[in-house]
Amino acid sequence: MALKGFAGFAIRKISGAAITIFAIVCFNFVLFRIIPGDPVRLMFRDPRVSAHKIQEMYEKFGLAGSLWEQFVAYLRQLFLYGDLGFSFARKAPVLEVIADKMPQTFLLVLTALVIAIVVGTVLGAIAGWKTGTRLDSIIITGSLTLYSIPIFVIGIVAMLIFAFYLGIFPLMGMYTIGAGLTGLAYWRDVAWHMFLPTCAIIIWYAGEYIIVTRNSMQDVLDQDYIISARAKGIKESAILLRHALRNAILPVVTITGINVAFAISGVIEAETVFGWPGMGRLVYDSVMARDYPVLQGLFLIFAVIVVLANLAVDLIYGKIDPRVTVGGGQ
Amino acid sequence: MSWLLKRLQGLRKFLKLLLTHNMGRAGVVIFVILGIVVIFGPYMRTVDPMRTGVLQNILQPPSSQFWFGTDHLARDIWSQTIYGARIALLVGFVAAAVTTAFGSLVGLVSGYFGGKIDEVLMRIVDFFMMLPYLPLMIVFAAVLGPSIWNIILVISITYWPFTARVIRSQVLSLKQRAFVEASRSVGASDNLLMFSEIMPNVVPLMFAEAVLMVTNAIYAEAVLAFLGLGDVSTMSWGIMLHFAYESGLMTMAPWWVIPPITCICATILAFTFLGTAVSDIMKPGYREARGL
Amino acid sequence: MALIDVENLKVYYFTRAGAVKAVDDISFSVDKDETLGLIGESGCGKTTAVFAIMRFAAPPGRIVGGKIIFEGRDILTMSAEEVRLLRGQGIAMVFQAAQNALNPVMNVGDQITEVIRQHEQVTKAEAWERARKQLELVGISGDRAKSYPHEFSGGMKQRVGIAIATACNPRLLILDEPVTGLDVIVQRQLLNLINDLRAKFRLPIILITHDLSVIAETCSKVAVMYAGKIVEQADAISLYKNPAHPYSKLLIEAYPSIKGEKGKLVSIPGAPPGLLNPPVGCYFQPRCPAAMDICREEEPTMVAKDGRIVACHLYK
Repeated sequence: MALKGFAGFAIRKISGAAITIFAIVCFNFVLFRIIPGDPVRLMFRDPRVSAHKIQEMYEKFGLAGSLWEQFVAYLRQLFLYGDLGFSFARKAPVLEVIADKMPQTFLLVLTALVIAIVVGTVLGAIAGWKTGTRLDSIIITGSLTLYSIPIFVIGIVAMLIFAFYLGIFPLMGMYTIGAGLTGLAYWRDVAWHMFLPTCAIIIWYAGEYIIVTRNSMQDVLDQDYIISARAKGIKESAILLRHALRNAILPVVTITGINVAFAISGVIEAETVFGWPGMGRLVYDSVMARDYPVLQGLFLIFAVIVVLANLAVDLIYGKIDPRVTVGGGQ
Repeated sequence: MSWLLKRLQGLRKFLKLLLTHNMGRAGVVIFVILGIVVIFGPYMRTVDPMRTGVLQNILQPPSSQFWFGTDHLARDIWSQTIYGARIALLVGFVAAAVTTAFGSLVGLVSGYFGGKIDEVLMRIVDFFMMLPYLPLMIVFAAVLGPSIWNIILVISITYWPFTARVIRSQVLSLKQRAFVEASRSVGASDNLLMFSEIMPNVVPLMFAEAVLMVTNAIYAEAVLAFLGLGDVSTMSWGIMLHFAYESGLMTMAPWWVIPPITCICATILAFTFLGTAVSDIMKPGYREARGL
Repeated sequence: MALIDVENLKVYYFTRAGAVKAVDDISFSVDKDETLGLIGESGCGKTTAVFAIMRFAAPPGRIVGGKIIFEGRDILTMSAEEVRLLRGQGIAMVFQAAQNALNPVMNVGDQITEVIRQHEQVTKAEAWERARKQLELVGISGDRAKSYPHEFSGGMKQRVGIAIATACNPRLLILDEPVTGLDVIVQRQLLNLINDLRAKFRLPIILITHDLSVIAETCSKVAVMYAGKIVEQADAISLYKNPAHPYSKLLIEAYPSIKGEKGKLVSIPGAPPGLLNPPVGCYFQPRCPAAMDICREEEPTMVAKDGRIVACHLYK
C-alpha cells in the first residue's frame, strides 16, 4: 500500500538516496581496486609506508584476500568504523584529514551559493519578464559569457587584477598568517580573504541561474493562467509575484540539486587558485602528493554530499509543487 | 560523385544559415581564426614550444624576438599559444566525437527498445550523472596516468551520460510520431526501422550536442592540466597555466597567463555560440520566422 | 441603450511579413437581456475580437481602430488602470476548457478569493466564504476549495473558471469556447449551468464557439464571422430557419441532423483566406457557390434585410 501525501513521497525519496549512497560506496571500491594501475598496490612501493603500517592495512582491508573478501572488509571498515583509510603523506587517518577541512569549504560554498542563487534568480526573472529589451540582451549575453569561462580562470584573473595590481584583497589563504587575530577582527580578516574566491564562484554560478530562471519565466509568461489573471484585473506586480515567479521558480529549485555537482567542481577550482584551506584545495594537494587514499576518501564524500543535497532539494520541491505529492485527476 | 556534390551543397546552405544567426556569426569567426592557427601554425614564426632557452631569456616580457614573451624556462610563449590550439582542438574534437558517439548509441538503443533495456541503461546513466564530474575526472586521471589519450578517455567516461539522456528524449518523442507506425505497418524490421527512420531526425541533434560537448572537453582538459593531471609532454593552454601558477611567478609575468586564458575563453565561447546557433537553426520554424 | 456597443473594431497583427488583418472593421452590440453567439471557423478572428473587448492584444497584435462603448464609456480610450479595474468586475471572461487557465500552484479557493479581494474590500475569511459559495453555485462541493487544479477533470475546471468569473457579479460575461474538447454529457451539464446562471443573475453573455449546436442552446443573437469580418448578424431562430449569407447557409447545412433521412455529409470546399493578402472584393467569394462578377471586385457592405444585417452582394 503506497503511503499518501508528503510522508509517502519523503520515504520514497529517502530510501532512494540510501540505495544510491550504497551504490556509490561499491563504485568507489571498484574504482580503486579493479582499474589497472591500482594505486592501493602502489602503496607498497611508497617509501613513506612503514612495514608495520602495511601489515596493519593488510589485515584491516584483507588486501591479499580475494576481491570479494576485500570488498567485505572495505564495507566493514567503512560502515562499522567509519574508516576511510590512512593517508601516508600526512600520517593521519583520511577521515580526520578531510574533516579538518570541511568547515572552511562549507563556509565558502554556502555563502557563495546563497548569494549566487538570489542574484541569479532575480536577474533571470527580470530578464524573462522583460524579454526582448536591451536590459534582457545585456543580462543574457553577460551571463552566457561568464558561464563559459572556467572558474579557475575567473579566479586567476580576479587574483591578478584585484589582489595583485589593485591590492584590494589578499592573494591567498584564509586568514593573515601570524596576525593572531581573534573574535570579530578574525572574522573580518576571514571575510576579506574570502571575498575573491566567493566572487569567482558566484560569477560563474549566477550565470546558470540567470539562464534557467529566464527560460522558465518565458515559458510561464506564455501560459494561459497569466492572461487569465489579467482578465481578473489583478495588478501587474501581483501577477509577477504570485503567478509568474511562483511557477517560474520550480525548475530553479530542481536544478539546484543537479548544480551541487557543479558547485563541488567550482569549489575545487576556486580553493586551489586562492589557496583556501578547504576540501577543494585538499584535492589539489593530494594530487600533487600522490596521496591516493585521501583522493578516494574525498571522492566518496563529495559523491555522498551530492546525493544528500539532491535529497534535500527533492523534499523541498515536494513542498512547493502540489502536483508531485497530491494525486491528480478525479 | 553526385552524392558528394549534394553533401557540399547542403553544407553551403547550412553555413549560410549559420551566418544569419548572431551567435553563429561570432562562433564562425573565432573558429576560422582557430583553424588558420592550427593549420598554418608552423609558418607563423613559431619554434618548438617545449624547447628551453638560455638563462638571460627567462621570464622576458613580450618583445620583437619573443612576441608573447618567455616563461620560466625561457620557452617562447607565442609558440606555446599557437601549438596549444592544436592540442585544444584535438582533444576537443576527438573527445566530443567519442562521447557523442557512445552517448548517442546508448540513448538510441535505450529510447528505441524501451522496456527492461531502457530501465537498466537509464539506471546506469542516472547513477553516473549523480557523481560529481570534476572529482570523478580527477580520480580517473590520477589512476590512469597523464597522457593525452587518457585525458580524452576520462572526458568521454565522464560526459557520455548527458548525451545519452538528451538523445533518448529525442528518440522517445520521435517514436510517438506517426510515421514510425506507418513504416512498421509495411513490415520493416526493427533494425531497419531504427536506422532509416529515426536516424535522420536524430543526427542534427547529435551534431548540436557534439558541438556543445567540445566546450566541455576543452574545459576538462584545461582544468585537469591546471590541477597537475595533464600530459606534460604536450604544451596545452592548461599546462601553461599550471606551470605559471605552480612556479609562483604568475604575478610577475602576466604575459604568461593572458594568452592561454584568452584562448581558452575564446575557444569555449566560440563553440558555445556555435552550439547554440546550431540547435536554434535545427528547431522547426527558424527559417520561417526570418522569412528565408 | 445597449450594454456594450462595438463599433468598427480593427485589430491587426504586425508581423515581419506585413500586417495581418485579424479583425477588420466589425460592429455588434449586446443588450442587457441578450446572449450573443460569435461563430466562425478557426482563425476567423472571433477570439481576437473578444480579447479586444478586454483590451487584450498580444504583441505583435494591436487594436488599431474602432470604439468599444461599455456602459456609456469607450474602453479603448480608458486609462490602463481603469481597464484593469473593469476586468473581472465589470466584464469577466472564462477561457477555453482545454487550456491551462488555472494557476497550477494555487488552490482553487485562493484563485477565487484573489479576484474578490482585488475588487472588493472584504476580509480573508469573508472572501473564503464567498469562494466556497461560488463553488457550490457551479455545482462543486465547497470542501474542495483547498484542492489544486490538477485534481479536477476538464469539465470541473471549466466550472471553476465560471466560479471565478462570476465571483464579483460582472455586468458582462464572455465565454471563449466553453465546452470545446469536453464530452457531450459534460457539455450539456455546462450549458445548463450557463443558462441557469444567466437566468438567475440576468447576465448578458458573449459566447464564442465554432459549434452551431452550442449557440442553438444558449444564444438569442448570432454573429457569423469570416476572415476577420462579420458577414451576418441575426437572432438565432431567424438564422437557423433562414440563413441569408451563403456562408451561413453552408455552415448550417454542414451540420448533420440526427432526425430525418440519412444524407451525405456536406462540407465547405476550400480554406479560409490568409489574412496577410486577402482576396480582392468579397473575402468569401473564392468558395461561394453564389459568387457573381461584382463579388470579385467590390467588398460588400452590411445592409439590413428582414430584421437582420448581412454583408453580401445578393442583398442590396
